[in-house]
Amino acid sequence: MDKKKVIVIGGGIAGMESSSFLAAMLYDVTILEKSDKLGGHLNNWERLFPTMRLGKEVLDYLSQGVNNKVEVVCNAEINQIEKKGKNFKLTLADGRTFDAGAILVATGYDIFDARKKEEYGYKIYDNVITSADLEMMFSEGKEIRLADGRTPKRIGFVHCVGSRDEKVGNAYCSKVCCVTAVKQSVEIKNHIPQSEVFCFYMDMRMFGMHFEFMYKEAQEKYGVNFIRGRLSEACENMDGSIVVKVEDTLAGRPLRMSLDLLVLMVGFVPSAGSNEVGKMLGLHLGPNKFFKTMDQHTLTNVSNVEGVFYAGACTAPKTITNTITDARAAAATVASYLNEHPICKRMI
Amino acid sequence: MIIEGKQKIWKDYQKEISDDKYFYVRSCVRQNFFPGAETTFLRILKELGKEVHENPCHTTCTGIGYHSDIIPVDTLMTVVARQFALMTESGYENLVPSCITSFGIYTEVMDTWHHFPGTEAKVREYLKKATGREFQIPKNLAHASDVIFKFRKEIAQKAKYRLTNQKTGEPLNVVEHIGCHYAKMFPSKGVGGAEYPYVLVGMVEEWGGKVIDYPERRHCCGFGFRQYLVQANRGYSMACSHKKFESMEPYKPDMIISNCPGCHIFLDKWQYAISEMENKTYGPNGEGIPVFTFEEVAGLVLGYDPWDIGLQVHQVPCEPVLKKMGILYDPEKKYKGLHGEDLGKPVKSAFKQ
Repeated sequence: MDKKKVIVIGGGIAGMESSSFLAAMLYDVTILEKSDKLGGHLNNWERLFPTMRLGKEVLDYLSQGVNNKVEVVCNAEINQIEKKGKNFKLTLADGRTFDAGAILVATGYDIFDARKKEEYGYKIYDNVITSADLEMMFSEGKEIRLADGRTPKRIGFVHCVGSRDEKVGNAYCSKVCCVTAVKQSVEIKNHIPQSEVFCFYMDMRMFGMHFEFMYKEAQEKYGVNFIRGRLSEACENMDGSIVVKVEDTLAGRPLRMSLDLLVLMVGFVPSAGSNEVGKMLGLHLGPNKFFKTMDQHTLTNVSNVEGVFYAGACTAPKTITNTITDARAAAATVASYLNEHPICKRMI
Repeated sequence: MIIEGKQKIWKDYQKEISDDKYFYVRSCVRQNFFPGAETTFLRILKELGKEVHENPCHTTCTGIGYHSDIIPVDTLMTVVARQFALMTESGYENLVPSCITSFGIYTEVMDTWHHFPGTEAKVREYLKKATGREFQIPKNLAHASDVIFKFRKEIAQKAKYRLTNQKTGEPLNVVEHIGCHYAKMFPSKGVGGAEYPYVLVGMVEEWGGKVIDYPERRHCCGFGFRQYLVQANRGYSMACSHKKFESMEPYKPDMIISNCPGCHIFLDKWQYAISEMENKTYGPNGEGIPVFTFEEVAGLVLGYDPWDIGLQVHQVPCEPVLKKMGILYDPEKKYKGLHGEDLGKPVKSAFKQ
């Protein structure tokens, strides 16, 4: 076994931080990233909950661990992965090959395609956008405008789009959407103070440190309205505004209202890259179609293939904080394997 | 509205529709309220050179009783099995129901049997014991509107009139309304799916009209079985229809087209009831919004006489649309029977004709 070389597949935040830690432990690390730069989804996120820190600050921090310490191959399209004994050989579409004693899969997630919730009219109604679209507007410093250029006065956020929804086949919670809706609704109020903002939620899952405080502040300081109920459908008015129908389950009655802008809080789905790499390596999937770890409590970075490990959101939706923590744990797990310490062979 | 978004969905929801040799089963409701629609369907298919067969032993599918909780599912499935047996005995494989409720029932039963073969075996036994009959499951199940959709281009080629205003040259504004049981239960079984069905849109656009997408497009027509069948709930039935009319009115629709018996009745007759109760009409100058079945619209496009296809039995007078399309018709024949006999005129019509 080549005890010094590690290939990290995926150059998002999990791939970057695990590579940093492995490099710090003096391993030769190569990141294979399919896009043209590192950072993954964080490149498209302006501010982070709950601190409102710029995403770029975290990205800069992660980059410091990678720069000049890790070999980075962008635009990498993996064609083949072979396992010979305990070593792996990866071949790219351009013919380049890479050898390693361990592979760390950090292929992350894709954003749920909101068009699958046909009844919400994404890509059909002009003023229905996703949380990712809104974040892009924030990132680009654009004014929040409707399709016809007007400033929206009433904005609605729909939670759990593509999450906790058996109709689209995703029964799991994506974890970050509730708090992202709180964050974005506060940002909307900062951009357009006179606007009315409504969040339509099933449950407010404010599990993280300071999330509850942020939720309370959104209500008390910013006047964001939280309505407990799932949207049944959205339609378009003649003036381009959006009519939503929802049951207010706390008031116990149906609600019909017009909004200027509807924001769909899209959840996580397993990435296309995960599916490709998973097939090449024969990795097992869990019931939610993310990679299945060897144990849910203890072996959370270990795959069913010896020498292949996981980091980040390829195993389940995670916050940035959780992803970074998981990436460091993954680096430790890979190191223990390459040093032939039996950490991941303990029985449970 | 981003039309490309709808087009993508329409592309995703295609279904197989047989192109000939149909076993046609009629609708209990339509035979009574709009018998001309079914006659027109047969006439169109004959003109297109298609083979259609009917069996007089065909009965109700019991769908309305089933959805009203007075017919048990085992009974329903056995009755459906009998319809299939009639089709099999007649030598046909392509079932074409006239009724949306029946289409939904057949789809539901076939899907149930697909997932629970034991249930199918049980129903086969029931039918055998009760009637001695055996059956094949239809090779192709298509609603009558699917069939007209399939031949919409052929109909357009034979068209004598188009869904355009002859004076202005503008397309007519058309509200399309799909029966809930067409695709809401099984989106993949409907052309265009459940949220943005294409089956009627395709016809309207092919024949020159322009479809209106209004906020309450997906809302119930007002039938919904228990809303109407339970007499005490009828106010809710009318409230549903009323909500739709109020929502579509600003778009100035010239006509409504539907593919469901219940929708057609309630969108047509509640307009009359609302006009009587509130003196409110939804068309210009005291006119209503004429409501047509898809066969009637196809018949008009093909140049069939409006009274031959049964438009005189509509509650909302159809004449405003006939005039806009430039269709020549004899007003004196409106209430004459097949042999010229007097059918009698409505005592009173709230609508200007």
